[in-house]
Amino acid sequence: MKAFRPILLFGAGVAALVAIMLALLVAGGFSAFTALLALWNGSVGSWYSLTSATLVRAVPLMLTGCAIAVAFRAGVFNIGGEGQFLVGATAATAAALAIPHGGAFGTVVALGAGAVAGGAWAGIAAFLRDRFGVLEVISTIMLNFVALHAVSYLVRGPLQESTHVYPQTSTIVEGIRLAHIPGAGRLHVGLLLALAVLILTGWVFRHTAAGFRLLASGENPSAAESAGLIDVKRTTRRAFVASGALAGLAGGVEVLGVTYALYENISPGYGFTAIAVALLAGLDPWRVILSAALFGALEAGGGAMQRDASVPSVFVSVIEALLILAVIGAQTRRWRGREVSPSIDASAEAAA
Amino acid sequence: MSDVLEPFLAATVRTATPLVLAAMGELLVERAGLINIGLEGAILAGAFGSLVGATAGGVVGGYAGAVLGGVIVAALFALFVLALRADQIITGTALTMLSLGATGTLYRTLYGSSGAALAIPTSVPLPIPLLSRLPVLGPALFTQPPITYVAYVLIPLIAWWIRGTHAGLALRAIGEQSEAAQVAGVRVQRMRVLAVLIGGVLGGLAGGTLVLAQAGTFAEGMSAGRGFIAIAIVVLGRWHPLGVALAAFVFGAASALQFAFQAMGWHAPYQIFLAVPYLLTLAGLMGAAGGARSPAALGKSP
Repeated sequence: MKAFRPILLFGAGVAALVAIMLALLVAGGFSAFTALLALWNGSVGSWYSLTSATLVRAVPLMLTGCAIAVAFRAGVFNIGGEGQFLVGATAATAAALAIPHGGAFGTVVALGAGAVAGGAWAGIAAFLRDRFGVLEVISTIMLNFVALHAVSYLVRGPLQESTHVYPQTSTIVEGIRLAHIPGAGRLHVGLLLALAVLILTGWVFRHTAAGFRLLASGENPSAAESAGLIDVKRTTRRAFVASGALAGLAGGVEVLGVTYALYENISPGYGFTAIAVALLAGLDPWRVILSAALFGALEAGGGAMQRDASVPSVFVSVIEALLILAVIGAQTRRWRGREVSPSIDASAEAAA
Repeated sequence: MSDVLEPFLAATVRTATPLVLAAMGELLVERAGLINIGLEGAILAGAFGSLVGATAGGVVGGYAGAVLGGVIVAALFALFVLALRADQIITGTALTMLSLGATGTLYRTLYGSSGAALAIPTSVPLPIPLLSRLPVLGPALFTQPPITYVAYVLIPLIAWWIRGTHAGLALRAIGEQSEAAQVAGVRVQRMRVLAVLIGGVLGGLAGGTLVLAQAGTFAEGMSAGRGFIAIAIVVLGRWHPLGVALAAFVFGAASALQFAFQAMGWHAPYQIFLAVPYLLTLAGLMGAAGGARSPAALGKSP
């Protein structure tokens, strides 16, 4: 029975979600039946929509959701997933365009470049936090904007495609792209990579010393430091950078598997949706698989609702936000255990 | 020269006005030991509220709607953080997402294709006699919409309130040592709710400023990170009203640089200028966090 509890909870969550959506749709004067039908058809109603819409969107959410889970579990409020995703996508694109004949080697290099760039971008915020006590919440948000404007500049400047007409980069050659999964439409092997990353991260959390240090540092930094002899500062810094690397990898996977080029609106807010994904999963990488699929379905279905029932697609962020609030409302006992958020602790120490 | 300087100064004040309003509200919230990331959402809700209000009741109705929008978001923050004791950062992030989605959905539902949003009454500049005739600074500082003067007045008012009144002292005590304040008879929870709600009022007004005094209409996501910047500005201003105001104007000036450079015919990628304020904020935070003393209870779970 105990083993089924997460699944039961998840089912209850989905049921509550549908109920809330129904209520909001009716309140908004939309044809609720048409909208929900569109949501269903656009997300899981057919093999095509399940693979080419829902799962394609779930892949970046799995990786960014994992990024947020790693950071939050370590007590780091990384709100910068969006910026790290963009920087990762940019680096992966640049690398892929630089080695057009790279083949599989090029793929690995490009994905690696994405992860390294995302990690470095988060590293700036980690450095500012450690060295100057700058709240990572603020610094990562600022870095999001910088990344956004940097991409906007690059796709009109140094990285613009050769005809200089469109604000995007040239297309990445086929040899470097992530292959499609046979029989699954637009779904690409990035899904397998994302699943592997999530399973591995969950395993690291559960069964390794590094995972234990990370969780201990996040749960109770002072106890981890004094009783566990853990270098909390180093542990959280590494978790922060790893989190950025995961988000950067997500950007690289998206470029190599879906868009094949870099442009401004490459992310419909994956870095922010990831927060909802991770929280719904209780910050557990294994459960992120399910919640990312759910949000992938929501995002895919949201597009269909806009097309077929003229429900604005931003409606989905209302649902996402309500989900977060419902989760933290239900989990307040859990969060209450953490008297002092470690980030604030660090800044108070630096300030003292 | 003044044909570059005057528009530059005017643009500085224009950018700084909503930031001063929002940051003053967040200052009170942070002095009470809380961080409301949902300020971004409050500004956006205020902007949308002002659109609805202005359609119904002109400029005054617009500001009333703005206040209402901001207060709704702030009240949700108070409910989750103070009553349910949920995590502040996550609550604030969720509320910003909620506001973004809700205002976007409502805007498209209510105003979608009608164009009514483009025909709302706006708040026009009101030159202050004599002061507006001062050379260079006069037109920039004193030929502004009334809400800018409200922002000017708020700066010394809040500085005085924090330093010179009982309530202000109680607020600061809560931010430093809430338990001690509680023991000393301060009604901690009530003060915090009040601070959060006032933060919502001012955040909402900041959003109303964007619509009524600047853009003249609403656009989805038009707060464009101003709430987050206001939070950074509170840190840059070291939690003091005068410092915060100064930081807001410096930020306004940095943003206005692009207009000045364009006016001087100096062409560089505009994205660089768009990114400069955020880089400047990061640089400023490095310096500010190094020497400043934040309210000791800041961000601890209430």
